Amino acid sequence: MADSVRINGGLLTISSLDCFYGEVQVLYGLDLTLNKGEVLCLFGRNGAGKTTTLKAIMGLVPAAAGSIRLDGKELTGLAAHDVPKAGVAYVPQGRRLFAEMTVAENIEIGLMARGKGKQTRESVLDLFPLLRERLRQRSGTLSGGEQQMLAMARALCLEPQVLLLDEPTEGLMPSMIAKIRETVAKLRELGVSTILVEQRVDAVLSVADRVAFIENGRNRETVDVEALRADPSAVRRYVGVG
Amino acid sequence: MHFGPHLLLAALEGLVTSAVLALTALGLSLVFGVMRVVNVAHGEFFMLGAVLAWAVSTAISGHPAIGFLAALVIAPLLVGLVALVAERLVLRRLHYNPEATIVATIGMLYIIQQLALTFYGPEARPVEPPFSYRILLPWFGYSGYKLSVVAASAILLVITWLVLTRTKIGLIMRATQYDRETAQAFGIPVERVYAGVFAVGAMLAAIAAVLIVPISQAHYLMGQDPLLLSFIVVIIGGLGSLRGTVVAAILIGLSDGIISMFFSPTLAKIIATLVVAMVLVFRPQGLFGTTPR
Repeated sequence: MADSVRINGGLLTISSLDCFYGEVQVLYGLDLTLNKGEVLCLFGRNGAGKTTTLKAIMGLVPAAAGSIRLDGKELTGLAAHDVPKAGVAYVPQGRRLFAEMTVAENIEIGLMARGKGKQTRESVLDLFPLLRERLRQRSGTLSGGEQQMLAMARALCLEPQVLLLDEPTEGLMPSMIAKIRETVAKLRELGVSTILVEQRVDAVLSVADRVAFIENGRNRETVDVEALRADPSAVRRYVGVG
Repeated sequence: MHFGPHLLLAALEGLVTSAVLALTALGLSLVFGVMRVVNVAHGEFFMLGAVLAWAVSTAISGHPAIGFLAALVIAPLLVGLVALVAERLVLRRLHYNPEATIVATIGMLYIIQQLALTFYGPEARPVEPPFSYRILLPWFGYSGYKLSVVAASAILLVITWLVLTRTKIGLIMRATQYDRETAQAFGIPVERVYAGVFAVGAMLAAIAAVLIVPISQAHYLMGQDPLLLSFIVVIIGGLGSLRGTVVAAILIGLSDGIISMFFSPTLAKIIATLVVAMVLVFRPQGLFGTTPR
């Protein structure tokens, strides 16, 4: 049986996923496989369906058809609040912190999701030492980069099998972008399997293992990042920018 | 009576109004803050609390304090149960849509009111206060029970504040209030939180009503004034702000007591409504509210 799981694909397997916003179809039979320990990047234009894919995994957008399996377990039937308990953590676009709460309270909410304790809290804070000094600060008053770190810290408090990162570098200054990228690389070393949504090619090439090109709600092609480095024409084809 | 003592008496009366109003408005504010549901039936939960308090206290014989204490426990629990059923049968099916729930809670208002009229009747009935101790001031005697209402309300407000700011339940409620979708992404069962908040909001109104029946009597139309005043308090104080709700309740309660005694109750209502209009024009988020994002 263990073999059959492996044959079915990696850690997280999405197959033939259809999603709608009301009447409007956004995803058309999307297929995607995330292997254990890798960083898979979703790349594509605005409105291609990248964020919707992540929301569908979290159960925040219902799947009209298709399946999403985590380690063989079907996620599409779960209530939205049970998906994180299964081991998927989400860093939404725009960070979506509980801005009126303190840094410590945001982290507490992350810990509560899967009943993690002090030990998890300490190891997450070790990853983001900057946050340790700001625990009592209202999270809305942090800088953009610090907020992004907190959003990632909050998600890592779940000790997730799969981490979903939606445009973590959006709107940050270059020094912060480098820091976030370092963190993603560090998480990869720690064995966290990550789906990363990105708009910037350079950000993708430096941290991803594989890149999935999303267009019109479909996964057109998934390529290894080495192949992409050798021949970046695919980037131009799907996104139209170098 | 001279002006000073007269003013003191008016202020004490106002303080009792404030205390009951603060609890009722807090319930309304919690429900709107967390669920974004404008609960027009809130006043009927208040009325139901009073009517059930009468039913419970008359069913139990012996010292009036026993009947009253039983009512103070049982009536809010029953009202909470009614609210849970209403939430499950109506609000959840409307997906908590802000417009649809206004219409639905108007419907609930009439249903609860008519049920009370059918089973309880059109009479106004008193509940005996648990004790009748009078505090003798140099100028007049004052009901000890009324002062105990103020104390009980203050204690409940402090407890609510502690729960909201110091406990996990409070954290979960604030997270749900702030960002429902992200709360779900962190394992918070939002629908269960909504059900709980709606029940607690109704129970706060019911407790306020049980406290007030020994002073004012239970009647099937008694929910209208608390509803209007609660909206006034919540708008002035700022939605979702506990501090604002308390400050505004004291302000409205005191001015209502004082103006009613020296001039007329109608003038008190006119002024309160005028203040609401001014707040809506010049500070729409309320005195202590934050601007919505």
